[in-house]
Amino acid sequence: MSRPAGNCPNCGAPVEFQFSSAVQTTCPYCHSILVRQDVDLKKVGEVADLPPEISPIQLLTEGIYKSKSFRVVGRIIYQYELGYWNEWHCITHQGESLWLSDAMAEYAVSALVKPTKPLPDPGNAYRGARVEWNSASFEITSINRARYLGVEGELPFEYWDKSEMVFADLRNGSAQFGTIDYSESPPLLFIGEFVSFDSLGLRNIREFEGW
Amino acid sequence: MTQPRPMPKVRSLACPNCGGTVEVRGLGRTLTVVCIQCLSVLDATTPSLQVIEQFRAKERFRPLIPLGTRGKLDGVLYEAIGMQVREMTADGVAYHWSEYVLFNPYRGFRYLTEYNGHWNLVTVLQALPLATMRGTRPIANFMGATYRHFQDYQAATIYVMGEFPWRVHVGESVKCDDFIAPPRMLSREQTDGETVWSLGEYTPGAVIWKSFGLRGSPPSAAGVFANQPSPAAGRVVTAWKRFLVWVAILIFIQFTAMLFHAGATVFSQRYSFTQQTAGTHENSFVTGVFELPGRICDVEVKVNTDLDNNWAYFNLALINADTSDAYDFSRQVSYYHGRDSDGVWTEGGSKASVVLPSIPPGRYYLRVEPEMDTTAARSAVNSMRYQIEVIRDVTTWPFFFIGVVLLLIPAIWTTIRSGSFEQKRWAESDYSGGG
Repeated sequence: MSRPAGNCPNCGAPVEFQFSSAVQTTCPYCHSILVRQDVDLKKVGEVADLPPEISPIQLLTEGIYKSKSFRVVGRIIYQYELGYWNEWHCITHQGESLWLSDAMAEYAVSALVKPTKPLPDPGNAYRGARVEWNSASFEITSINRARYLGVEGELPFEYWDKSEMVFADLRNGSAQFGTIDYSESPPLLFIGEFVSFDSLGLRNIREFEGW
Repeated sequence: MTQPRPMPKVRSLACPNCGGTVEVRGLGRTLTVVCIQCLSVLDATTPSLQVIEQFRAKERFRPLIPLGTRGKLDGVLYEAIGMQVREMTADGVAYHWSEYVLFNPYRGFRYLTEYNGHWNLVTVLQALPLATMRGTRPIANFMGATYRHFQDYQAATIYVMGEFPWRVHVGESVKCDDFIAPPRMLSREQTDGETVWSLGEYTPGAVIWKSFGLRGSPPSAAGVFANQPSPAAGRVVTAWKRFLVWVAILIFIQFTAMLFHAGATVFSQRYSFTQQTAGTHENSFVTGVFELPGRICDVEVKVNTDLDNNWAYFNLALINADTSDAYDFSRQVSYYHGRDSDGVWTEGGSKASVVLPSIPPGRYYLRVEPEMDTTAARSAVNSMRYQIEVIRDVTTWPFFFIGVVLLLIPAIWTTIRSGSFEQKRWAESDYSGGG
């Protein structure tokens, strides 16, 4: 894992990358959103105040998923009808990107996958619709409108000029889980599974006073 | 998390409506919080706690688990942070129950429901149970188990206090279906926007009391709850298994007994007899003395005759040669056969047998008094040849059958008890006609 370094074009603070394929990061000092262009960093925006910390996961939290150790390097935070929702961007020791989502303390690990069949377009995504991926079959259980609140750290793509987005939640009879992100065209498909907090063996988590 | 625990961090805020203190324990996870002084539902995600609505309550409910109390369930420490009272109506009667919100900042939310002293620890499911039909009845399949539909109802929220990780709304009603596989229950709540499945596990009140360190004792559970495990559950199968094992043992003992003791002949003698007319003769005689060795046991006396379309009557007595104790008994032997319009027929038999139970060992003889038709003079009718045998330690079946019946009692009792428990359970369901 190379660690290309640079300086924040806004405040000059050193900016370090832990994930060689990171396309975007935030300056830990001035909260500028920085996008890599060749060897330069360009400021594309600024992160507004993030909501009070609610997730026990934070940047640099480490854990193990399916015998692969991973480290949290970035996140996207949304607000939707049921509260706040964090998508933590994790890098495994093999350099793969994983997403660890924390939606009201329900945790799931997923990865971006190529659809094996065409996904329903936004107009045809309704509750109860079936979505197939490889041998797995899912049902759309809810369509959520989420408001993008901000980003932190390193992401594998540019993600900053968002507002309201539509996501479809996919579930089935086992603990498998999926999300269709309709903010991109064509939509993105993430497939993974629900996990229990304790199964991830998380270290370097946020401590809550009194707990 | 191994350091000594300081007091829980509680955010204390002022209600924008009445100025009263509102405590927020759910950190950033709480979406709505209730000001219990003025019954306002407040938006916990806004810094100023915007008032969402005010509600009216016919009565004020007190939580059995005071909000802010912590307890360990399934090995995880939870804090009770909210409670709602919900109501359903069945046959014109309103029933209400409580639902507590339990919170752990790492492991998220669990729920406790309480109705009439019956508690369930509830987890909202992420996986999707499969609702389908079995015959005419809905069922739900989940993780390899089948849950039977118990009832559907509208659950209306009538009272709230504390905090909720959703936008709680007093007066809101959702369509619910309960499916049971005691001690578990699957519940489905449907609103226009979504379907939420949850899995409840029946938990005795005493466990809740101990976990949360509550004072006094839990309210006693009234009636039978939908997913309450039957005290006879599993015992019915166990009782019948035990029954089969004991019957097998009985059969073994019986056959072993038959193998080892079966019929030692202690006396056998052939005789012939001719009936004298008009009863002038005393027909009785005694046999020689024979020994019944060993212990108290059953004795069989067999009479084999050559009667053919004829009858005879035997008065018999087994007499102890030393004590003169006598065991009197009698048998009629009759054997007829022929052919008529329906074909060949037979009636009776030429043999008879008597089992005398529990005869002590000793020296014995038999007194025998045969009798035949005194009116017929023909030798074909009034004479016979016969043999008397005495067999010691014959196997008898009455004790075996009594044993089987005695063993049946607990198995049947358990089955009936279980059946009546299930009847009480289903009496509260949509299917009170039967189970």
